[in-house]
Amino acid sequence: MKILIVGGGMGGTILANNLARRLVTEMRGGKVKITMLSASDRHMYQPGLLYLAVGRMTPDELYRDQASLLEPGIDFQVDPVEEFHLDKNEVKTKSGKVHGYDVIAIATGSRPSPEDIPGLAEASEQFYTEESAVKMFKRLQQFQAGRVVIAMGVPHKCPMAPLEITFMLYDYFKDRGLADKVKLHYTYPIGRVHTLENVAKWAAPEMDRLGITYETLFNLKSVDPAKKVIKSEEGTETAYDLLISIPAHRGMQVIEKNGLGQRGWIPTHRHRLNMEGRDNVFVIGDTTNLPISKAGSTAHFEAEVVGENIAAMVKLGTPVRDYDGKVFCFIEAGKDRATYAMFDYQNPPQPKPPTKAVHWFKLAYNKLYWASARGLL
Amino acid sequence: MANRRTIDARGSFCPGPLMELIAGIKMAEVGEEIEILSSDKGSANDIPEWIKKVKHEHLGTEERDGVWHVLVRKTH
Repeated sequence: MKILIVGGGMGGTILANNLARRLVTEMRGGKVKITMLSASDRHMYQPGLLYLAVGRMTPDELYRDQASLLEPGIDFQVDPVEEFHLDKNEVKTKSGKVHGYDVIAIATGSRPSPEDIPGLAEASEQFYTEESAVKMFKRLQQFQAGRVVIAMGVPHKCPMAPLEITFMLYDYFKDRGLADKVKLHYTYPIGRVHTLENVAKWAAPEMDRLGITYETLFNLKSVDPAKKVIKSEEGTETAYDLLISIPAHRGMQVIEKNGLGQRGWIPTHRHRLNMEGRDNVFVIGDTTNLPISKAGSTAHFEAEVVGENIAAMVKLGTPVRDYDGKVFCFIEAGKDRATYAMFDYQNPPQPKPPTKAVHWFKLAYNKLYWASARGLL
Repeated sequence: MANRRTIDARGSFCPGPLMELIAGIKMAEVGEEIEILSSDKGSANDIPEWIKKVKHEHLGTEERDGVWHVLVRKTH
């Protein structure tokens, strides 16, 4: 059986390693071949960008060589897919190679799309790429006083990021002795400060306590860089001196170009994780259109289910497990405290008040991530 | 009959049904109907409130077997 994994991020990497362990005998016997096609020879720890943006990590800490994370026997090629021919069970890569497969897993991820909002790309600082996060930190260093506005588009990768960056910015300016001169103003698309009700219940009073103002039901419509004003779909506007944005995301262009899903999101079965209508096409992580967090942990738990199921298809001829919608997210509540949220399709999260211990565990996880990607955690 | 798309946001806690609708409405054409499925009663109340605020059209809400079906038309 030829298993093709498209994408070398969190989901693709965990899946490849999970399969290589489960199918080691079949791989040695030549019955199974696992190939991974990726756009990069490096693997980025994306949650690290949040820390990079406030000067708590450096770029080199974000990366490992992708090949070093993969189990022996996995055929890893830096040659991104450009064409999907799902009716023929084939893909064509940038180099022109054609790869056939029996089973394919698509884990190409998502990308920030600030260009969807007029004025946003040029007017705001962002932290969803290495380049933009470094630029944002340098801008923060120069900022001495004024109104910092946090605004976002929907959907965005990591639904905790808006709150995390807000509290981390507060601590950043406080540490510089600028708490009285820099005023933070947080905007959010729905009628409370976070989509998780229990998170909103602690975050709003915390913002009140710190003097962070907020405006809910604010969906970013446009930015006027000349007047330094952002406008909402709801008809309101607010002025800024420094605009920090969490742009709306799209799936990757290759998904849109190949007609696999509008805005790059592939219609995916919520339990089986196959592309709707195609039993041998699995979708993992941000690439799905599922109504759950676009986050590394989602990709992680989905990859484990898909790994178990593809291995079972090899050994038993049938999948064995459903994905239950499990997600686990840390929530940084400043520079030295954090909490977490864990939930699935049936069970809502019950986050506890932030503590230093959870923050320390998050810092540990920033290193443990690499064991997680290898499938060891 | 107008084109209709369905957003299945059952079991969605994060980002949640309203966020799914906000994202989904961008992908719809003007005049298109969007049916959003939610297993959360709170969202069944929040969605019409937001629809009214941004001046789309709330066509109705029904509960069937513990799932709220909220129907919206994109107007602009």
